[in-house]
Amino acid sequence: MRVTVIDYRAGNLTSVVKALRSLGAEVLVTEDPEVARNAERMVLPGVGHFAATRRLEETGIRAAVEDAIARQVPFLGICVGLQWLFAGSSEAPDCTGIGALSGSCQRFAPGRKVPHVGWNSLSIRQNSRLLAGIAEGGFAYFTHSYWAPVGVETVATANYGEPFSAAVERGNVMGVQFHPEKSGETGLKVLRNFLEFPSC
Amino acid sequence: MLTKRIIACLDVRDGRVVKGVQFVDLVDAGDPAELAARHAASGADEIVLLDITATHEGRGTLLETVRRTAQRLFVPFTVGGGIRSADEAAAVFDAGADKISINSAALTRPELIGEIGAQFGAQAVVVAIDARRATEGDPVADAQVYIAGGRKPTGRRAIEWAREAESRGAGEILLTSMDSDGTRAGFDCELTAAVSEAVQIPVIASGGAGTAQHFTRVFCEGKADAALAASIFHFGIADVRSLKEALRRDGIPMRLPC
Repeated sequence: MRVTVIDYRAGNLTSVVKALRSLGAEVLVTEDPEVARNAERMVLPGVGHFAATRRLEETGIRAAVEDAIARQVPFLGICVGLQWLFAGSSEAPDCTGIGALSGSCQRFAPGRKVPHVGWNSLSIRQNSRLLAGIAEGGFAYFTHSYWAPVGVETVATANYGEPFSAAVERGNVMGVQFHPEKSGETGLKVLRNFLEFPSC
Repeated sequence: MLTKRIIACLDVRDGRVVKGVQFVDLVDAGDPAELAARHAASGADEIVLLDITATHEGRGTLLETVRRTAQRLFVPFTVGGGIRSADEAAAVFDAGADKISINSAALTRPELIGEIGAQFGAQAVVVAIDARRATEGDPVADAQVYIAGGRKPTGRRAIEWAREAESRGAGEILLTSMDSDGTRAGFDCELTAAVSEAVQIPVIASGGAGTAQHFTRVFCEGKADAALAASIFHFGIADVRSLKEALRRDGIPMRLPC
């Protein structure tokens, strides 16, 4: 199973690459749009600031990702990678997401600790391929200050003052706000589901 | 529901886990990779590896230890001890750490917090504060920051330094009470609450864990978001799972391993 992991200098890729490899995936890390254009399966990780996605525009990776999504390549966005699937984020209003899902990301309201850090429970909203076999109330590790809205493509929510999209799935486009590479057995199961997602 | 985190800490010297009381009388407690895996399987929400190697030669083994420990670990992994620059931090991240913890280097040059955050995200930067209750003034409000394993005072107040660390972009504060550390007599709940209420970022309480009740108290009275302990897990006094079961019975939200 070959997976292309997009490197856009947004934090550290070691853990996600390690987790995918531990599941038997052959991982290719790239920031080259030509390489990304040939991806059979794509992961867009990302920790840090939404503004880091600007680099995806500058390097031409964005167009390659949009092509891949249009070609029905299974795509998984993690953390900022999920947020990028939406229209944008108030964290960096001048950067646009790809708008595959509707709505924008916003900062958690004052009155509680931000970032939202730790293990939160998943509330499953509908059946999905990404979360197949994940139990209602299963725990995943989150670390983020901005949250994505709940919409028809939301397959699981988590709650931190307000409910937000913890996992989304629309056709071949998937995203998780939590870090599956750091979420123990639950996270590895999600990654395994992604790796087994049918690719045409 | 967001759960309170139980963090297992491994103090590592020359590639081996050690434990002592208040950083002296160290005894061998095992292999870091093995212990980290065991704690994670038992339900530890995170692993912290704190390198207390004093010598330069010993530092070389740290990256190898981090790499080996991270290899089989699929929960968040923080590494601290002696990281002085963004480049050193980058090497530790590259070896497999998810977060780094900085202490005296951040006090010497607070810009380091923002420099590491800019490259790896604020969530990856934990500022560790070793504090002692003040002997003059208000013991808690004026609690002082120490470096060099609690031996050297910096003349800074813990609360004020925690606020500065937050404003410079720290993702979390790891607060160790040097008065309680190694005593197994309980966390310093008052100090933890004072720091936790002073900042918006999560605070990890450390120092003094001995019983399950100590954890319940530091989550309730101490307003801690996470609590860290080392020695009680190493020698089988309590494993993480039984600790978390006890805390859940006390009504503390806990992630129990499946």
